[in-house]
Amino acid sequence: MTPLGTDPAASPLLSVRDLAKRFEIHHLGRQVATFQAVDFDLDAGEFLMLGGANGTGKSTLLRTLYRSCRTDTGTAIYRSARGPIDLLRAADIDIAWLRRAEIGFVTQFLQARPRISAEDIVAEPLLQSGQDHKTAIGEARRWLDAFGLKPTLWPAYPSAFSGGEQQKVNLARALIRPRRLLFLDEPTASLDRLARRALVARLEELKRAGVAMIGVFHFPEDIQHLVDQQIILDADTPLADPVSQGDMADVAE
Amino acid sequence: MNAPMTGLAMMPDLEPPRLVDEEPAVVVSGLTKRYGDFTAVDQVGFTAFPGEVIGVVGESGSGKSTLLRLLNLEEQPQAGTYTLGIKSCAGVNLFTLGRFESRSTRVRHIGIVYQNPHLGLHMHHTSGGNVAERLLVAGERSFHALRRRARAALDASEFPMDRIDVPPLTLSGGMQQRVQLAKAIALEPDLLLLDEPTTGLDVSVQALVLDTLKRLQRDRRITMVIVSHDLGVIRTLADRVLVMRRGAVVEAGLTDQVLGDPQHPYTQQLVHAKL
Repeated sequence: MTPLGTDPAASPLLSVRDLAKRFEIHHLGRQVATFQAVDFDLDAGEFLMLGGANGTGKSTLLRTLYRSCRTDTGTAIYRSARGPIDLLRAADIDIAWLRRAEIGFVTQFLQARPRISAEDIVAEPLLQSGQDHKTAIGEARRWLDAFGLKPTLWPAYPSAFSGGEQQKVNLARALIRPRRLLFLDEPTASLDRLARRALVARLEELKRAGVAMIGVFHFPEDIQHLVDQQIILDADTPLADPVSQGDMADVAE
Repeated sequence: MNAPMTGLAMMPDLEPPRLVDEEPAVVVSGLTKRYGDFTAVDQVGFTAFPGEVIGVVGESGSGKSTLLRLLNLEEQPQAGTYTLGIKSCAGVNLFTLGRFESRSTRVRHIGIVYQNPHLGLHMHHTSGGNVAERLLVAGERSFHALRRRARAALDASEFPMDRIDVPPLTLSGGMQQRVQLAKAIALEPDLLLLDEPTTGLDVSVQALVLDTLKRLQRDRRITMVIVSHDLGVIRTLADRVLVMRRGAVVEAGLTDQVLGDPQHPYTQQLVHAKL
């Protein structure tokens, strides 16, 4: 296996063609369209910025590539260290492996679990990939420190933290493991300037290391200098025709 | 894991695994259990890989608990195969085992935690004794080894050691579940079955038990099947989810996808009803 992001044959890292996503809302008997006909190639170390008004499906696009959403339209060929694979059709178990090993998703919300300390939450991905507890906690603290979370809060439960502090924990957790491809869904929302700067510094580092990124940003000016490509999603999201009556009958029960 | 969703605008089928070449820990196929005219479990199939947690959701009466009893070899189905990826019975359909072998497979390779602790524990014996009994059944005879292994299992379940001689009857619900868990993992099973393990516990106690399960899963990579009607529990623990309705699996997929972008009308109702 080649080191992360350094395989010269892996170009482009991700090829997306004709990607679209519709939500089928059974109890309304209709489909809601989001983005459609999205095409792009992304190389290792490249940064793709997704733009467009609220509700144009920027987050949904990230979630579709991460397979938190399913779609029946398009292809997304990702060149994994273990071989190329269509993210839209890959087996669930392959996607689960990619999420552990190669593809990360950074959201704007921390899913804090009750009674788990900030440093344990951050260390968890390292523990999952087999590192010993001491190393993992040490690394977790280094990350929390880099994002400006006060050391007194490291052993505390984040459920009581402010939104900004929770986000620092969230970012540290999401970025602690090396990745080849990162999805960033408004990671700077609710961050103070210092933490935003720390995040941008980390993203610069990752980009230099060859990590490809696709991002939606609340403050695009922060990361403008990292952007290689930009895709603006359309503002109007037409509603498709209602689905057939047969489907309605199933909902009615 | 791709369940048919007949009559729906269909998502394309997923490909077979290509990046992961591990042998599955559990393979179930065509599992059907009928009681008279009533079909409790209808053609259920799934594959679980080592260390994976499979969640099973659905309303009461959807067949979740029957499925778990079948997986625990407590009942015989009318049809279906069930294999565990372990050397001693690789490729063997566990439903074809004789009574003695079936029992020994259950004791050695499968652990279970019931919603109701009375089903899994002797409520008047000591907590340590409940765990040691499991080891005795499996053939452990040395008193010292029994005590040491029982303590280790209780410790892994985060049971307070100073209460090891207290009978479950006088313990809180959360502690009773920890004793059940210790008993279930004492023999390091290849498959851990959890039937609504936190239902009926206080929310804060529930969080602690969930945390223990999460830690066990991470540290020991035990393959688990967890049945719960609580989608929060499933979201916290499960990697993948089966949605059951009237005995059949109507949808299966990654937990965040099934709960966040459900495809089947029934799953959409279920998710919206609980959020």
